[in-house]
Amino acid sequence: MKILVFIKQVPDTAAPLFVKDNQIDASKIDKYAASPYDEYALEQALQIKDKDASTKITLVTMGPTRVRETIMQGLAMGADDALIIKADDASEMDGLAVAHVLAAAAKKIGYDLIFTGIKGVDDDQGWVGIALGELLGLPSVSGARSTQLQGTTARVTRDVEGGKETLEVALPALITSSQATEPRYPTLKGIMSAKKKQVLEWDVPSLGVDSSIMQPRVQMVKLDMPPARQSGRLLQGEPQAQVKELVRLLREQAKVI
Amino acid sequence: MSNNILVVAEQADGKFKSITHQLLGEASRVAQQMGGIVEAVVMGQGVKDSASQLGAFGARKVYVADDAALARFDGSVYAPTLIELVKRIQPKMVFLGATPLGLALAPRLATHLQSALTSDITGFAVSDGSVRVTRPVYAGRAMAVYEPKTFPLIATLRQNAFAPATSGDGAQCDIETLAVTATQPKTKVVETSKSASGKVELNEAPVVVSGGRGLQGPENFHLVEELASALGGAAGATRAVVDAGWRPYAEQVGQTGKTVSPTLYVAAGVSGAMQHLVGMKTSKVIVAINKDPDAPIFKVADYGIVGDALKILPLLTDEIRKLKEQG
Repeated sequence: MKILVFIKQVPDTAAPLFVKDNQIDASKIDKYAASPYDEYALEQALQIKDKDASTKITLVTMGPTRVRETIMQGLAMGADDALIIKADDASEMDGLAVAHVLAAAAKKIGYDLIFTGIKGVDDDQGWVGIALGELLGLPSVSGARSTQLQGTTARVTRDVEGGKETLEVALPALITSSQATEPRYPTLKGIMSAKKKQVLEWDVPSLGVDSSIMQPRVQMVKLDMPPARQSGRLLQGEPQAQVKELVRLLREQAKVI
Repeated sequence: MSNNILVVAEQADGKFKSITHQLLGEASRVAQQMGGIVEAVVMGQGVKDSASQLGAFGARKVYVADDAALARFDGSVYAPTLIELVKRIQPKMVFLGATPLGLALAPRLATHLQSALTSDITGFAVSDGSVRVTRPVYAGRAMAVYEPKTFPLIATLRQNAFAPATSGDGAQCDIETLAVTATQPKTKVVETSKSASGKVELNEAPVVVSGGRGLQGPENFHLVEELASALGGAAGATRAVVDAGWRPYAEQVGQTGKTVSPTLYVAAGVSGAMQHLVGMKTSKVIVAINKDPDAPIFKVADYGIVGDALKILPLLTDEIRKLKEQG
C-alpha cells in the first residue's frame, strides 16, 4: 500500500498575524507548521500504517527552503520518505496551477491512496485537494474524520448536514481530511530516524506543466487586517436585572430578537 | 460570454434552503451592476415542481436537472451536468453556497473549465466591468481582495453574509429541463446516522448559542440547548469542550470547526481563544457571558455579562420565552 500525503506549510495558526504592504508581515511570524487539516490527514495515514506495517507513506510538499523543517516533523511522526517541490513563488500560484504540479509529481511517484487536508489554513480556498483528484481521475471524498482500509476499499466516515455517514470508495482514491484524531507527537526515536529518511528535491519546471496553466486565473490584489470589532458594553446590576437589560437592548437597540 | 450570473440553488425535500435566497439576492444586485440577468440551476430528484418559485426571487431562467441519479448529492455525479451547462450558457460568474455542496462542486467546475475560483467570499464590488471579491483568509485573521483574471469566475458565498432576495411580484421565469449527464457514483454510502431531528443547522441558523468550559460539564449543556431553542437557533460549542468529549464535533465553532455568521451569537462560558473567535466574529451581534471580566471574548462582544453562565443562561431563557409568549 503506497500512500501519498500532501502537506502545506503555513504560519502557526494559533498566533495572530500582521499585515504590511498588502502582505502577511513575515518578520512577525515566529514559526511555521503543517496546515492543521494536513496534520489530521497524515494522522489518518499513520493509523493505516499502524495496522499494516508494510504501508509506505510519502510526504509531498511544495514551497521555499523553510518547508524542510515541516517535512522533518512529518517524517519524525512516522512517514517513510518525502518529496519537496522547490518553489519560492508557490504562494503566487493559484489552486489549479498547484494541483497540476502536484498531479504531475503524484504520477511520477505512484500511489494507491492520497490524503490531504480539506483546505490550507492560509488562502483557505479548498481548491487543490479536489482539483488534484479530478486531474488524476480519482474518486474523492471530502472531509474525512476517520479512514479504514479493507483490502482495496477505503471506508470513510465524515460529518454531513444533519448527521454522519460512512462511505466506501475503491482505491486508488483521494481523501481530504477534516478535523480527525489528534495528530501524534514525534517520539525521540522518530526524530532520530527522520534524519536518515530520504528527502527528494525536485523543481517545478522538471514536472513539465504547461505554461498557460501556470498563469494565475485569480490574483490577490489587497490584504488587510480584519475590521476590528468595537468592544461593547458590560451590563451592570444583579443577574436578573442584567438579563432584563440585555433582552431589552437586543430587542430595542440591536433589533435582533 | 454573457454578463449573466448562474446561481446553483440548493434544496432539501423540494424546499429551497436559505442560502439559495442569499445567492439570488447578491446575484441580482451584482447582475444589475453588470447589465446581466440572473439564471439558476436546480438539481436533484423531484425538484421540477418547485423550480418556478425561483422566479419570484429574481431568477429570469431556471434550468432543472431532475433525475433519480441525483437523489443523493455526490460531487462527481452532479458536476458533469453543471459543467456542460456552464460551457453552453457562458455565464460571467457562477455563484454557489460555501456549503458542503458548493465546496464540493466549485473546485470541480474550476478544474474542468480552467477558470478562476474564489471560496467563502463575504463581499463583491463591481466597477467599470471589473469584479473584486473580498474574502477572509488565514482562517479569518486577515481579509483579502481578489481579482479574477479570467471569466467565468466560480465563487462560493459565505452563508448569512449576504442579504437574501425577498419574494417580489411573483415574476415568471422560463424553465428549461436539462439532460442529465449520467455517471455512476464512485462512492457508496454504507451507513448513515442522523443527529436529533428538528434541530437547526449550525451554518444556517439565524441565532447560535455556544457553550465552553464555563459550562463545567456535559450535563449542563441542556442550558445552552434550551436558550438556542427559545431563540429559534442552534447550539454550538468550543473546541475545548469537543476535545473533552462533552459535545460532538458537528457543533464545534472555530478554525477547524464551523464558521458561523448569525444575526445573534451568544457565547456562554467561552473564554474567546483565537481558534474560536475566527469562527464567529463576523456575527452581527455578539453577546458574551463569562465569569472572568478579562476574558478575550468581551473584546469582540457587543453586550457582555460578567457572571456564571450556569446562573445567567436559565434566567435569559425564561426572559426570552416570556417575550415570545407576548409575541
